[in-house]
Amino acid sequence: MDFLNALVALTNFVGVPAIAYGSQLALGALGVTLIYSVLRFSNFAHGDTMAFGTMVTIIVTWWLQSMGISFGPLPTALLALPLGIVSCMLLMLVTDRTVYRFYRTQKAKPVIFVMVSLGVMFMMNGLVRFVIGPGDQRFADGERFLISARDFKAMTGLSEGLAIKTTQGITVVTAVVVVALLFWFLNKTRTGKSMRAYSDNEDLALLSGINPERVVMYTWLIVATLATIAGVLYGLDKSFKPFTYFQLLLPIFAAAIVGGLGSPVGAIAGGFIIAFSEVTITYAWKKVLTYVVPESFEPDGLVQLLSTDYKFAVSFAILVVVLLFKPTGLFKGKVV
Amino acid sequence: MSETVKTSLLFLFVGILILLEGSTSFLFFSGSWNSALVILNMGLVSAIMAIGVNLQWGFAGLFNVGIMGFVALGGLAVVLVSTAPTPGAWSQGGVGIIMALAMGAMTLVAAVATMRMVPAGKLRVAVLLAVLIVGFVVYRAIFDPAVAGVEAINPALEGNLGGLGLPVLLAWPAGGLLAAGVAWLIGKTALGLRSDYLAIATLGIAEIIISVLKNEDWLSRGVKNVVGLPRPLPYEVDLQNDAEFVAKAAEYGLDPVLASTLYVKLGYSLLFTVVLLVLLWMAQMALKSPWGRMMRAIRDNEVAAEAMGKDVTRRHLQIFILGSAICGIAGAMMTTLDSQLTPGTYNPLRFTFLIWVMVIVGGSGNNFGAVLGGLLIWFLWIKVEPMGILLIETLTAGMADTNALKVHLLESASHMRLLTMGLILLLVLRFSPRGLIPER
Repeated sequence: MDFLNALVALTNFVGVPAIAYGSQLALGALGVTLIYSVLRFSNFAHGDTMAFGTMVTIIVTWWLQSMGISFGPLPTALLALPLGIVSCMLLMLVTDRTVYRFYRTQKAKPVIFVMVSLGVMFMMNGLVRFVIGPGDQRFADGERFLISARDFKAMTGLSEGLAIKTTQGITVVTAVVVVALLFWFLNKTRTGKSMRAYSDNEDLALLSGINPERVVMYTWLIVATLATIAGVLYGLDKSFKPFTYFQLLLPIFAAAIVGGLGSPVGAIAGGFIIAFSEVTITYAWKKVLTYVVPESFEPDGLVQLLSTDYKFAVSFAILVVVLLFKPTGLFKGKVV
Repeated sequence: MSETVKTSLLFLFVGILILLEGSTSFLFFSGSWNSALVILNMGLVSAIMAIGVNLQWGFAGLFNVGIMGFVALGGLAVVLVSTAPTPGAWSQGGVGIIMALAMGAMTLVAAVATMRMVPAGKLRVAVLLAVLIVGFVVYRAIFDPAVAGVEAINPALEGNLGGLGLPVLLAWPAGGLLAAGVAWLIGKTALGLRSDYLAIATLGIAEIIISVLKNEDWLSRGVKNVVGLPRPLPYEVDLQNDAEFVAKAAEYGLDPVLASTLYVKLGYSLLFTVVLLVLLWMAQMALKSPWGRMMRAIRDNEVAAEAMGKDVTRRHLQIFILGSAICGIAGAMMTTLDSQLTPGTYNPLRFTFLIWVMVIVGGSGNNFGAVLGGLLIWFLWIKVEPMGILLIETLTAGMADTNALKVHLLESASHMRLLTMGLILLLVLRFSPRGLIPER
């Protein structure tokens, strides 16, 4: 019984949150990785792209709510999501036309692209703050829990409760669907195949008649979709704040790099590695330990390896360690 | 127009901007000499940071996005060098902390030794894990009680070990040394990484440094901040009570309060200018020397330079340390100017990416460009907010004051800052990619 309690406590405080957070990171890292493999630079503006798509979704959500429209037990934001994605797509295409295309035709060095993405990052960050302000916005509504801790206890008779938030459930389901669609698209469709060909060998792809501008356009469209979905899921699960989204850039990059830049499978693996290590290293293990060890061995302290403020530090320590042994990530990323 | 004339004119332009800020309240200028000197002082500090980044990027092509970390280490140096030691802290836990840190370092050394000596395989993994786990447990067993001891001492004001109680000006070179030491550690591990991998590793390491400063209260008081750091110049209040100073101020027709604030700020400006000029001179000498030519050769073609027998990794490490040390000096100067260390305020938009904007806009590869970029971009960073408000007021002049759109726009005007910085960076990269004062 105690063992079961320990298992439930572990799932409740580590498993569920880490899976949800990992899915959000994986979606973000997929966007970063796609840009890296097709456009060949690290996009520093990715966090703020997520913030932009989420911001539009929030504004539409508010509008829907004011009209009295809701989505039953699900958050209204899901109804607003398509509009968020479309406006994010528009922004990406406009940015590409006005900013990135110039450097592409010039065949500028990758590091110039990174600088340019810094400029885009500043502008998007300013734009989002300009429209919605720098404050915290909560926009989750609908049913709060799939299973609440009390119901779970009543159902199983265990002393530990297991709570799963609706947003966590939605996050995982959406992430699975989106990733499946993305892989289907990349592996089965003509456009997806030309994207992979272009990413593997640009010259060869051009020779075989692939239109690079089309590939780039589709990449931005997919990235806008992934970024908005990741951003909205994160915002529903936690809350929306422009600066938090800018900071999300760090674990997202860490995830993409740990997996290996340019590798979609790596991005997903990286997302979960980062999320699980962040949560386990900053989790206070006392609760789980008291169930499994004999009473005389019960720990006095919280048995927390590092305080929760070290979250970002953990993801980067892992990043550095992985890079020391595998300089291009676990799944052999590219170097441009 | 020759390059020298253009450079002088650009510097003159920034000088005039600062003079206008002090002398007139027309448009967005505030007409306060205090404000002009505040902008100038932070501009000088920013210019020094820009020199450091220019050394790494402009000379050697190293993409370091961890400037914030080195600036913060400089700030930490001020606390460690100039504050008085906390009574009793060393006997309570100082020794324990030092022992624990030594233990931690030994664990890492042992881990590295295991990696080298034990052949790859299951045995190595097992030994490595054992070393790390035992090391960590012992480290925490010594560290935790020692930290608790130190942090229990008068936590409202102290709760940290304190410093050496030395004159604060010594903290500036100490900040450089501390940043250089950490840069050596980072460079040893991270400089093998290429392009974007290096950039993101440095970005992360800067975040790690900041979280350490925010959480290790025994070292830096964490987010409780260290306030009232000693300063190299007299306090305004003391000057106002000094009969001689008041008489002197009256001679110039100045109010003693205004005179004392200006006196202190001007003092800082002079100190900062001296440091800036020394570093600028050194950077110029380095650029013109054979060493500088070698650096640029490595930057332009690493493979060719390596074929010519240049040790690229060593040179990269060298310039990474030098550039970071300069950022550390600037960080120490900034903390001295604020006379407080506030780890919570270090944020990469301001202390990393803005410095990058300065270097690119000024002209990477040119030291004068970096200095100009530092002064100009800092001026704009401060002044874009009033400019934005002025712009929006003009645009919405026809609307009623209660109009919701107008109210929202005016409230959001301050966020024009980031937008404008991004726009400036994009425009410069597009139309003048080599910056205002290009590399020669």
